[in-house]
Amino acid sequence: MIELSNVSKTYFSSSKGSDSNAVHALKNANLSVPKGTIHGVIGLSGAGKSTLIRCVNLLERPTSGSVTVDGQEMTRLSNAALNRARHRIGMIFQHFNLLTTRTVFDNVALPLELMGQKRHTIRERVIPLLEMVGLADKANQYPAQLSGGQKQRVAIARALASKPQVLLCDEATSALDPQTTGSILELLRDINHKLGITILLITHEMEVVKSICHRVSLISDGELVEDSEVGDFFTAPRTQLGREFLNDFLQLTPPKELMERLVDVPGESTHPVVRLTFSGDAVSTPLISRLARECGVDVSILQAKVESIQERTLGLMIAELLGTPEQTQQAMTYLESHQLQVEVLGHVQRND
Amino acid sequence: MSSAMIDLILQATLDTLYMVAVSGLISTLVGLPLGVLLYVTRPRQILAKPVLNQVLSIVTNVGRSIPFIILMVAIIPFTRMLVGTSIGINAASVPLTIAAIPFVARLVEAALNEISPGLIEAAHSMGATPWQIICKVLIPEARGGIMTGLTITVVTLVSYSAMAGAVGGGGLGDLGIRYGYNRFNPTIMLITVVILVVMVQGFQSLGDYLVRKSDRK
Repeated sequence: MIELSNVSKTYFSSSKGSDSNAVHALKNANLSVPKGTIHGVIGLSGAGKSTLIRCVNLLERPTSGSVTVDGQEMTRLSNAALNRARHRIGMIFQHFNLLTTRTVFDNVALPLELMGQKRHTIRERVIPLLEMVGLADKANQYPAQLSGGQKQRVAIARALASKPQVLLCDEATSALDPQTTGSILELLRDINHKLGITILLITHEMEVVKSICHRVSLISDGELVEDSEVGDFFTAPRTQLGREFLNDFLQLTPPKELMERLVDVPGESTHPVVRLTFSGDAVSTPLISRLARECGVDVSILQAKVESIQERTLGLMIAELLGTPEQTQQAMTYLESHQLQVEVLGHVQRND
Repeated sequence: MSSAMIDLILQATLDTLYMVAVSGLISTLVGLPLGVLLYVTRPRQILAKPVLNQVLSIVTNVGRSIPFIILMVAIIPFTRMLVGTSIGINAASVPLTIAAIPFVARLVEAALNEISPGLIEAAHSMGATPWQIICKVLIPEARGGIMTGLTITVVTLVSYSAMAGAVGGGGLGDLGIRYGYNRFNPTIMLITVVILVVMVQGFQSLGDYLVRKSDRK
């Protein structure tokens, strides 16, 4: 449904366009979002998320590359054709961007007015949309009278008014509190499910990706560095940044006192401290006790957590392996052979 | 006070209202589109035309910088061409209008400047043409600010029209100078001033009411 291929966007701060002060907001981005899926793009602020999503409906014109939405090459459209194509692409924003002088009803009616539809057609379309987002009783109120979550619901109804195939969400929940975020995400999932609308969203919150996305891309410094199923991303991120996002989200970092005692190289009498990530079958296997029996090492668990990410279960653990170097090495090999991800964080001096 | 005097005051009041109404109306009709043009032709705006924007901006600034009393006499030939005379309320309305147009334009531009760029972006994402953005987003959203600007303009026109009286323009200012000042009649002077004060208060209250009605923020 959405195809970006080799999309780059460069901003030149001077009109001369000398290369020295050019900002490469997007570098050769490739992205493919199949029809009916929810795709998330996650990244830190300034990574190029906003530019990426704006390149889809050409609010930002890419410097090079091609953008295809529903089989239509967007960059080659005339102004009039681009406006018609935009009727098929809804968009919602972090700050809602509702017109303050229009009522809820009139805000939702705006895209239909722009398309030149008749008054009664507009009415027939707007009322069910307001019912769908649960704001039928607020039709005659002004945005200033609504809460943040209600404003975003109006914005969603407005974005859907022209019956788009694609919905772009630009940090749609970043200005909302966690509870409201949850209800907005639920609404978006419903829309995707019932109407089959393809959703591309950008966010900096792992929670958003976890709760509604099917696939996720990681953007860093203008480049898409990772692209995977959400389940894979949460169990085994392939990049350092992906791991940082995940650890941040799970809040699984070793205690500070331990981190200070960690050394990089194993010494005469040290134990390895490892982070174990396990998913699928490994979650239900009593691996730790087997480890003690079969490899003869003791395991001291420093932190552990089990998360359920969509249909998958993900276990995380930070543990100290106590035993001789040969035994601990054997233990790690054993764990890896059982589809566990083992990451050695460092080594600590034995206490005894 | 003689009934002739009362008639004179009444006539002068109507003359002032006439001058303010004519110049206020025409300067709004010209200044509003000019202000919109000043805004939308800015670099990176919806109809970016940097050269046109520069030219319009300079012309507007020139109009704003000429003192009204000088403008009034400087454009006498133009006034004569337009209304056939250089004295009277019709003649005075010409420089009043000319002075008010750039004033209105800058106030409209300032009001448009208050609109969040996000609204324009949202309109673009809905496939709005520049003309639709102007009519359905910019002007309605800036309505409150534009009303404030027009109120300021009308109040300014009341005081400018009194100045126009000094060069044979008629109206309350003229009456105040001729009877109050030149013929040492403090009562007339006081009455004209009081009427002007009441008039300004009235326009300001009306303006405030309209702003309240159009602002939903």
